[in-house]
Amino acid sequence: MAIEKPLSEMPIGTVGTVIENGLTGLTKRRLMDLGFIPGSKIEVLRKSPAGDPTAYYVRGTIIALRNNEASHISIIPHNKF
Amino acid sequence: MGYSCKSCKKCMLKDNFNITKDKDGLVIALAGNPNTGKSTIFNALTGLNQHTGNWPGKTVLQAQGTCIIKGKKCTLVDLPGTYSLLANSIDEVVARDFLCFAKPDATIVVTDATCLERNLNLALQVLEITDKVVVCVNLMDEAERKGIKVNTDLLAAELGVPVIPTSARSKQGLDELISMVYELATGNITSNPNPIPYDQDLEEAIQELQPQIEALLKGRLNSRWVALRLIEGDEELLEGIKNYLSQEELEEDRVEEKCAQ
Ligand SMILES: Nc1nc2c(ncn2[C@@H]2O[C@H](COP(=O)(O)OP(=O)(O)O)[C@@H](O)[C@H]2O)c(=O)[nH]1
Ligand SMILES: [Mg+2]
Repeated sequence: MAIEKPLSEMPIGTVGTVIENGLTGLTKRRLMDLGFIPGSKIEVLRKSPAGDPTAYYVRGTIIALRNNEASHISIIPHNKF
Repeated sequence: MGYSCKSCKKCMLKDNFNITKDKDGLVIALAGNPNTGKSTIFNALTGLNQHTGNWPGKTVLQAQGTCIIKGKKCTLVDLPGTYSLLANSIDEVVARDFLCFAKPDATIVVTDATCLERNLNLALQVLEITDKVVVCVNLMDEAERKGIKVNTDLLAAELGVPVIPTSARSKQGLDELISMVYELATGNITSNPNPIPYDQDLEEAIQELQPQIEALLKGRLNSRWVALRLIEGDEELLEGIKNYLSQEELEEDRVEEKCAQ
C-alpha cells in the first residue's frame, strides 16, 4: 500500500501524484490555480541553496513553493512520471 | 485630469483603463497564462501601431495597439499573463477588472497547445465572466513536434466557444483568428459557453444568491459568477464593483453623441 507523504519531505527526483491540497483560503486557491490539485503528476526538480523554496514540475510548468506551503500538500510517490 | 463625462463608455475606458476607443471601433483583449504567445500575437497584429505605459494607478505594464480589421479600427489590449483571475496578485486584479468592467467587445484567450490542461483553468474562468471569447490554441508547431494532437473542434464543442489553432511565431492561423474575433465582436456570430456545474450544495447557494445579485447588477456582470465569488469571500471584487460600477450606472450604450470629447 502506497502511503501519502507531505510534498515538502520528498527528495529531489521524486515523482508522484497529488492526493490532497490541505491548505485553506486564498493560499489553497492560488496553489490550485497553479496546478496543485488532486490527480496532478508532480516531480521534485531542485531546491534553492538554503533548501527553501523548492522547484516542482507540475502540469507542464515549473513552479517554486515554500516548504510551509508544500508541507500541506500530500502526494503518493511512484516510480516514473 | 481634465473634464470628462462620467457616463459614456469612451470616457469610462479612458479614465479607468487608459484605453482610447474610436467611435465605432472595437476593443479586443488578449488574456492567457504567461508564455503562451500573447505578445507575439499582439505584435503580429498591431505591428508598429502600439504603445506601452502603466495601468492607471498601478505599477503594471500596459500594452495597447491598434489594427484595422475589415475596415474597423480595433484597439488590442495585451493583459498581464496570469494563471487565474481570482485576484491573487495585482496582475490578476488588472486582468480581471478589465474583463469585468471595461467589457471588451471580444476576448482572445491564448493557450499553449503543449500544456492545454493547465491553460484551460484560466480559459474557463474567463468564460464564466464573458461569453464573447475566442480560444486560441497557440504553439501548435511545438505541440506537433512533441507528438501532441489537439482536437480543436471537440474543444470548441466542449467549451461552447470558437477555438482557433495558431502558430503565432510563423504567423499561421492569425487570419482565421482575427476574422473569428471580428465576427464575434460585431455580433455576426454568438457563442454559448457551457456553464460549469458545481457540487449540489454550491449550486443551491448560487441559486439563492443569484436573483438578488441580478436585481442589483442588472446584467452588468454575470450574476452566477459574482455569486461564486461572494461565496468564496472575494473582497477584491466588491472593491472593483464599488470603483467602477457607479460611473457606469447609466446605460452603457448611451454613448458618444452626448460626450463633447
Ligand atoms: N514555436 C513557437 N513559439 C512561439 C509561438 N508563439 C510564441 N512563441 C514563442 O514563445 C515565447 C513566449 O512568447 P510571448 O509572446 O512573449 O508570450 P507571452 O508571455 O504570452 O506574451 C517567445 O519566445 C515566442 O517567440 C508559436 O506559435 N510557436
Ligand atoms: Mg507578453
